[in-house]
Amino acid sequence: MTRYSAWSVFKNGLQGQRNWRRAWRDPEPKREYDTVIIGAGLHGLATAYYLAKNHAARNIAVLEKGWLGGGNAGRNTTIVRSNYMMPGNRGFYEHSLRLWENLSHELNYNVMFSQRAHITLLHTPAARDAAARRYNTMLLTGSDAELWSLKKLKRKIPHLNYDSARFPIIGAAVQRRAGNARHDAAAWGYARAADQLGVDIIQNCEVTGFAREANRVTAVDTSRGRIQARRFGLAVAGSTSQLWAAAELGKLPVETHLLQAFVTEPLKPLLDHVVVFGVGGAHFYISQSDKGGMVFGGDLDWYKSYSQRGNLPAVADAAECATSILPCLARVRLLRHWGGLMDMSMDGSPFICKTPLENLYLNAGWNYGGFKASPASGWYFADLIANARAHPAVENFDLGRFARGVNIDERGAGPDPKLHG
Amino acid sequence: MRINCPFCGLRDHAEFAYGGDGSVRYPPLDAPAADWHDAVFLRANPRGMQTETWQHLHGCRMWLLVERDTATHEIRSVRAAHDGIGAALRGERDGAR
Repeated sequence: MTRYSAWSVFKNGLQGQRNWRRAWRDPEPKREYDTVIIGAGLHGLATAYYLAKNHAARNIAVLEKGWLGGGNAGRNTTIVRSNYMMPGNRGFYEHSLRLWENLSHELNYNVMFSQRAHITLLHTPAARDAAARRYNTMLLTGSDAELWSLKKLKRKIPHLNYDSARFPIIGAAVQRRAGNARHDAAAWGYARAADQLGVDIIQNCEVTGFAREANRVTAVDTSRGRIQARRFGLAVAGSTSQLWAAAELGKLPVETHLLQAFVTEPLKPLLDHVVVFGVGGAHFYISQSDKGGMVFGGDLDWYKSYSQRGNLPAVADAAECATSILPCLARVRLLRHWGGLMDMSMDGSPFICKTPLENLYLNAGWNYGGFKASPASGWYFADLIANARAHPAVENFDLGRFARGVNIDERGAGPDPKLHG
Repeated sequence: MRINCPFCGLRDHAEFAYGGDGSVRYPPLDAPAADWHDAVFLRANPRGMQTETWQHLHGCRMWLLVERDTATHEIRSVRAAHDGIGAALRGERDGAR
């Protein structure tokens, strides 16, 4: 496989771009693999890559019901940050951010990771106190964090609504190392790198059932035939409950909810950072893509849904938030909007854990936060599958944590999945 | 999506607040912790018809049980969450709880 470099771009440019080869193979599924990962989203692809890279695992397949990266990998707002505070989350997301920082080199694929800073607007003294606590925790645990005064914020982003906002802005909490990445590139980069290590990525291959023998899964039935394996990893956030039920494992602490996101027509450079706005029931995050579109999102549609399409009230809410902090966007037209399926868990935190079946492993429950988490998620899920025990960093990302009383509830919202935005 | 409130008629769903899975039944207060764990934390999360609770927040503020398809958003039925509440509101003694 060709290694991408400045030289290869130059050479292929001179040759009329005729000599590029496909980035990954399109193999027929084999009857049997050592490890089968279900779901070729960011988490499944990253898992396959790190299994091959970190744990020298071979004979791996990733099964995907649609096309690679066509689920939530292509239905997000591409924000990468690690401003989490709870034990468990803090170290996990910091590890993920560090992996993002080197990901383009690691994968030999430009994921366009842009550390443009993640700026959370603050509107009340109480919010500033809470941010000081959170961002000091980050500083004390090996991350970067800053609190900006109103004066500094005005200098950095002069065109926010400082004059007539219902909730006046008083400052900001900032993580400079946070930012954006190109979502497709991350999926394609992991796919290509995994493929180079021998991983079979099999698209249009929907898992419809599990063949079980006592406490083990022996094979999965798919739309392209039965595939046997020694161990299986489930990374299908959004549809986890359905495959969980197909494996006859009962219920999960997860509900599937709908989250919409939006992009406007392209504009000249307007916003250099990721800006987050949340006060008085509003919840909104916005950045500008390299093509110029303003990419933004808000809350869930608030009701359970598997539809991958949203309703108008959530569109109106997000648009209202946009114009309340950036009034200059009022006349900008929406280009596209899309809906993704979120595995909303009971405490807003994910699962990377064993299951009641001894060779089936679970990666699920990513709520809103799956995009930024994908490198660390793949890293630790691969570690779990390779060693058949959870790494200490994810020991509380298991299904038993609620019974133990170890809820990792970053928002303090309680056991109601729709509130963990 | 529009929801046919039995008290107010057909209204846009923006008037309503989503509650949650209407099939959840809480066990008796002295039930074992495992029963409470299952009721509070575990969900069937079906793709298809499910019964869920909605409150007509910007209307009559009544809690409703809505049968809705989570894949298509089709609503099959809407009824008051508490039996007999409609009759009670009309002042009919038999309906009172």
